[in-house]
Amino acid sequence: MPKLSIDGRDIEVEAGTTILQAAERLGIEIPRFCYHERLAISGNCRMCLVEVEKMPKPVASCAQPVGDGMVVRTNTPAIRKARQGVMEFLLVNHPLDCPVCDQGGECDLQDQAVAYGADRGRCREPRRQVHDHDYGPLIATTMTRCIHCTRCVRFLNEIAGVPELGAVGRGEHMEVGTYLGRAIGSELSGNLIDLCPVGALTNKPAAFTYRSWELKKTESADVMDALGSRIRIDTRGNQVVRILPVADDAVNEEWLSDRSRFACDGLTRQRLDRCYVRRDGKLTPASWHEAVMAVANALRGAPGGRVAAIAGDQADAESMVALKDLMAGLNSPNMDCRGDGAKLEAGVRASYLFNSTIAGINQADAVLIVGSNPRKEAPVLNARLRARWLTGQMKAAVIGPKTDLTFGHDWLGDTAEILSSVAEGKHPFLEVLKAAKRPMLILGQGALARDDGAAVLSLARKLADAAGLIKPDWNGFNVLHTAAGRVGGLDLGFVPGKGGRDVAGIVDGAARNEIDVLFLLGADEIDMAGLGHAFVVYLGSHGDAGAHRADVVLPAPAYTEKSGTWVSTEGRVRRSRLAAFPPGEAKPEWMAIKALSDAMNRALPYATLAEVRQRMVAVNPIFAAVDEIRPAAWGAFGMLGAVSDKPFESTIADFHRVDPISRASETMAACSKAFGPKCGCHSKKTVTHD
Amino acid sequence: MSGGFAFNADNAAKAKALLAKYPEGRRPSAVMGLLDLAQRQVGWVSQEVIEAVAEMTGLAPIRVQEVATFYTMYNLSAVGHHHVQICTNICCLLTGSDGVAETAKRALGIEFGETTPDGRFTLSEVECLGACVNAPMMQIGDDYYEDLTPESAKAIFETLKTGGTPKPGPQSGRQFSAPAGGPTTLKTLGGEAG
Repeated sequence: MPKLSIDGRDIEVEAGTTILQAAERLGIEIPRFCYHERLAISGNCRMCLVEVEKMPKPVASCAQPVGDGMVVRTNTPAIRKARQGVMEFLLVNHPLDCPVCDQGGECDLQDQAVAYGADRGRCREPRRQVHDHDYGPLIATTMTRCIHCTRCVRFLNEIAGVPELGAVGRGEHMEVGTYLGRAIGSELSGNLIDLCPVGALTNKPAAFTYRSWELKKTESADVMDALGSRIRIDTRGNQVVRILPVADDAVNEEWLSDRSRFACDGLTRQRLDRCYVRRDGKLTPASWHEAVMAVANALRGAPGGRVAAIAGDQADAESMVALKDLMAGLNSPNMDCRGDGAKLEAGVRASYLFNSTIAGINQADAVLIVGSNPRKEAPVLNARLRARWLTGQMKAAVIGPKTDLTFGHDWLGDTAEILSSVAEGKHPFLEVLKAAKRPMLILGQGALARDDGAAVLSLARKLADAAGLIKPDWNGFNVLHTAAGRVGGLDLGFVPGKGGRDVAGIVDGAARNEIDVLFLLGADEIDMAGLGHAFVVYLGSHGDAGAHRADVVLPAPAYTEKSGTWVSTEGRVRRSRLAAFPPGEAKPEWMAIKALSDAMNRALPYATLAEVRQRMVAVNPIFAAVDEIRPAAWGAFGMLGAVSDKPFESTIADFHRVDPISRASETMAACSKAFGPKCGCHSKKTVTHD
Repeated sequence: MSGGFAFNADNAAKAKALLAKYPEGRRPSAVMGLLDLAQRQVGWVSQEVIEAVAEMTGLAPIRVQEVATFYTMYNLSAVGHHHVQICTNICCLLTGSDGVAETAKRALGIEFGETTPDGRFTLSEVECLGACVNAPMMQIGDDYYEDLTPESAKAIFETLKTGGTPKPGPQSGRQFSAPAGGPTTLKTLGGEAG
């Protein structure tokens, strides 16, 4: 390994490391604009110049691999002068509008201009004039601020796999733009805002509403998809201004999907801020006491078999364990957390987890995706699949919807019959999986949330055995969830008890007036019209479908307004933190359920959040291991049966409108309108990506 | 996505040969040749051309647009039948490109960047075309016309206007870039060995 000295300090690094990376290991910071550790090196901003002995000119340290015996100096008068020169050129055309620029305060150019900028410019010529672009409803552009680092171009090319941005023109006339001025149709486009080192690309929905130093920053967990991405919630006062990703190499790297990032305006709209009780057919405002007593009265005399509960897609584990305990107290076996009707079983944990882990994709050498469009269901995970595919070491195939996944794959078909033929070895892809060292099967909800879901699950298990997906140190059986609350619900056993009804059974029972009281824990995705005369209790944050049907509405905080627990699709326990206070009288669901149990003289044995969490750990010890992955044991699951010839489809029809928060969001509505069917993720194109 | 552009039979064969020069998976390497071929066919690189070439090379249209806008020899708007490009860089300027440009404007009745109403001539001002030793010079189509004077330039335009083909190369009569007064060494080249 080459040894070199940087600023008089010796270091030994692997061959191929750049000078900039080696310096970073020593804690020496070299200024840069175009270099980004997750993107290809372009070396065009020239800010990272350093002196290397025996080299005639300063070299760009981001693009210069280390050599044995190199003597590097990063902070000599000559280097400072060179960087000042670069900075002066960058500022020739950069407007002095920092006071009105949203990037102000968190701008790389601003920061580095403090170190390397002159106090006045020498350029007397007029600044370059360029037009702004329309990149869609999410990204505001001020192209005069662009310093042509091309980070955005490289991100879309490499990570997002949507080659829409480019550098058009040459020299002084070069401009970054899209082909024919199109909007950027990527589910990861918000990351361009983070990547832009200046204020050329900024957050459009939040434009001119904040200065970065005014914001309170709270690290939390994302629940808009099932990946459990780490996020930072920026609030001012009690309002969520923006949501940013926090780097986590095991999950979301540095990225976040657009829905997770931009649906936050939905947190202020359509909110339930007080209790409602239906009187004479109309929902009328009520106090907590009235509302709780109304529910208690409805429950009084209702036999356990005629009470049911459905947990929604974003339900946190605290509220589910409380509701489960309440249902146990009422002797009701009718509860389900699988709102979409996925035929998953709670018994074997490995049967519903993404067992290879998200980071495991980086080792996968063959992947079969069944009944899923990961680009819509988990864009950040899809970016990882693409990154792995780009290395040329992973073969991919899809049984399911035919779409452009941004990485090359063989489309085998879209029916369960193809899956069956692969499992039986009649299809050549089984050999590919068998030959792979780290094979993966990704089973989407589109394959499970159907009448023959159990049979598909057992087919998938058969395939896992036939292809040898389970190895001593590797489990290639993966279920990709779309709902953040699902794995937590299954871990808690929020599924029908003995003789209990599942979601379909509950809805069906309600329609036939066999259910008297139905709890909806943020569940809005079921058919509300067919619930018969059931007394519906809705616990949730938004006035969505469920609240409209409800007889009693109990307002709850959204995920940014409480400390909650979710379990990601890979089985990682994630905690959100309170970043803003819930509106009005809303209080956490578990507290409402606790109050209800008190009112019925069946008090649940916990009064504080810590005690609820102890109860969760008692139900399933996995909840004690926050942010960790505990490998799940392989077991027998699935139910053999006939499969239908209905094609697999993704369970997410419109990427931008999936849950009550995103449905309430104006930004997401604008995206849905702008991208809708035109969005790349709906494309039927399956061309190979170069 | 290929809209209104397609190669004609001759050029389609050439395009195929161009693509065949590069190994499988390296089709994007043919992008410059294909753009040039398309420009020869329709005179300029239009949106249709960009999209057709993108499809042939498997590149995203923006990648092709980047190439087309980087190189100045791709015309991004329609040009006349004769594209007259007059160099006004330093060597040509010192040897009288002003007079050549003035002659061209008067003879064709247009300014730089304009096309004659009949669509036969487009006049462009260009940077150095690398023929400084024969300055001043201009390029019309694929041919260089060098050692120009206002008079010789005028003669060239008159010939072109009447449909003729002027003789390319130095208009002063010298051989290529040999000394203006004739060879000073190797005078007997081609004769008996000295």
